[in-house]
Amino acid sequence: MDYTIIVFLEILRAISWLVILAAGLAIIFGMMKVINFAHGEFLMLGGYITIMSHNAGVPLWISMGVLAPLVVGVFGIIVERLVIRHLYGRIIDSLLATWGLSLLMIGGVTMVFGNTVQGVSTPLGSLSIGAYQVPGYNLLLIGIAVAMMMAIWLVLRFTSAGLIARATMQNPDMAETLGVRTSWVYMATFGLGSAVTGLAGGLLAPLTGVAPSMGVNFVAQSFITVITGGASMIAGTLSAGTLLGTISQGVTFATGPVYGDAALLLAALILLRLLPQGITGRIFRKSL
Amino acid sequence: MTFSRRTFLQTSAALTATLSAPTILRAQDDMIRIGGLHDLSGAIDSSGIPMNQAMQYAVAQINEAGGLLGRQVEAVTYDPQSNMSLYSQYATQLALRDKVTAVFGGITSASRETIRPIFHRYQTPYFYSCLYEGGVCDRNEITLGTTPAQTVAQLIPYAMNLWGKKVYTVAADYNYGHITAAWIKRYVEENGGELIETEFFPLDTTQFGSTISKIQAAKPDMVMSVLVGTAHLGFYRQWVASGMKGEIPIASTSFGGNGTENVMLTPEEGNGILTAFGYYETVENEKNAEFREGIKAFYPDNPPVLGETSEVTYEAVMIWADAVKEAGSTDRDAILEVIETGKSYLLPAGNVAIDPLTHHAVRDVYIAELRDQKMDIQQKFEAVQPTDTQMVCNLQETPDANVHHEISL
Repeated sequence: MDYTIIVFLEILRAISWLVILAAGLAIIFGMMKVINFAHGEFLMLGGYITIMSHNAGVPLWISMGVLAPLVVGVFGIIVERLVIRHLYGRIIDSLLATWGLSLLMIGGVTMVFGNTVQGVSTPLGSLSIGAYQVPGYNLLLIGIAVAMMMAIWLVLRFTSAGLIARATMQNPDMAETLGVRTSWVYMATFGLGSAVTGLAGGLLAPLTGVAPSMGVNFVAQSFITVITGGASMIAGTLSAGTLLGTISQGVTFATGPVYGDAALLLAALILLRLLPQGITGRIFRKSL
Repeated sequence: MTFSRRTFLQTSAALTATLSAPTILRAQDDMIRIGGLHDLSGAIDSSGIPMNQAMQYAVAQINEAGGLLGRQVEAVTYDPQSNMSLYSQYATQLALRDKVTAVFGGITSASRETIRPIFHRYQTPYFYSCLYEGGVCDRNEITLGTTPAQTVAQLIPYAMNLWGKKVYTVAADYNYGHITAAWIKRYVEENGGELIETEFFPLDTTQFGSTISKIQAAKPDMVMSVLVGTAHLGFYRQWVASGMKGEIPIASTSFGGNGTENVMLTPEEGNGILTAFGYYETVENEKNAEFREGIKAFYPDNPPVLGETSEVTYEAVMIWADAVKEAGSTDRDAILEVIETGKSYLLPAGNVAIDPLTHHAVRDVYIAELRDQKMDIQQKFEAVQPTDTQMVCNLQETPDANVHHEISL
């Protein structure tokens, strides 16, 4: 019984993790159709900001929850103004440009901070469930994934900013005619996506090693989740995260992490063969 | 005949090249050149940069002491960026174009196996300075890093004696992890212990929750870790977050090999992890104190982290320089003959000798416990033989050997 609860929690944790990891990319790629190949490096930047500011004396929750998204968000806006805005509608060009950006960021961070960083311990301690112990931080991740999706949904569904953003993404020319400054909407959306990615990076910092080249470990999982999810941002990320997280963690428990990874890729492959437009290309079509 | 601007430029360029060529050639004659091939960018630059720094420091020290055979030493270095095709391209360049007298470098087993055959073919002596899984049999390669027979064999009985006999192994999913895990199994069983389970992790795995739960269910006396790299650092962190610190102890033959991992974990997370290597920054002897201070003064702005890989790279250059001096020549066979006499060198890591049969190092091995981000040395084992490679390699019987044996257990 205890073990069942542990497995269940671990699967929930895996789903939440995929959702948190992919949310920023879903905004940038899913909504704006910009392939941000530097997604992993945006995460890395969030991680660095968290660790650096925490070592400088800022309380962990503030470095993680405020500084990381803020700085990466501003960085995203600068990148959008300098690079991305020239490349809207040119998917391959944006891919190459952001790939270059990712290399530049890895080099830049290495030059500024060097190759070694002191880490932060995982906060919140552990929780006993029968004979087992799980990190309290895992429960926090689950909560944050839920809150993140709720917040994005509320903004898109009930605020005029959300309405304008959706209109701009669906038909920029029409929105422009109606008096919307679409270039600002694009900038703000990219900034928001970057900020969400920065938050994910901050949350990552106490979980694993933070190093300039860490981004590469996460970029594939993020893209697979977003592409499998399809066009609808929230429904897509949630459904793909749930499906892939359950399959990979289930297999990892039954066999080992090597097969868990393979199962995740295989599931995504089969799914995309059956539903080339992603899950929300066929199911939950009208959702956000 | 009309002279266009372009032909004029071409002609003058060609003229300048011809005129200046003798000076270049003279400069080349004056210098003894060695090659360096370390990943200075890419996924494992955290190992490559300190190795390169150690090599440059060794060269500077040799030059300061008057050079070799009355000539200065110059290092030609390339950054192969963890890219195997660049590794083979630069290796060929070093051997054929730069005509270096010896090469130092390669970090992963993959990069070593890419360049080793190239240097074997062109007979350029090659020094490999990274801990690895053992089994290289090649007279042209001098292998100085530790093998599992040197580290695992010491660490397992030491840790089992301390903590108990039931062992759970977590390992990186590539040849180093697999081969070392096999050695762990063997030494655990030889010492009367029981290996409960071995789990392998791809190098990009960052989440270890399910494994930690499985370990909790299996209740071993200790965990042996052969995890590698920054992503795998997450294991130690999540282990502490799960409240396992203090419940089940961890020993490792890969943690902190290049000296960086120990400072990436906070003291609360890392304290108590037991490791075994051929060198630690904390080794106490005169040579090491000199080396530590010297290299920090040489790189005041960015002192390298010192671990086995960087110190062993320094060793390699020093052993090569000693051989050149004694042979009175930079010729490959003359150098190898000196090295094969089995003479012992006093180095920061302690005493090192080259086993003539395998060209691997016979060296002192240390066991240390991580304490406040420093490796606190617990025990020293003197002159430990690379018995794993000795099982498969005898260069006196087969001097032309050119293989990497997968030592089967």
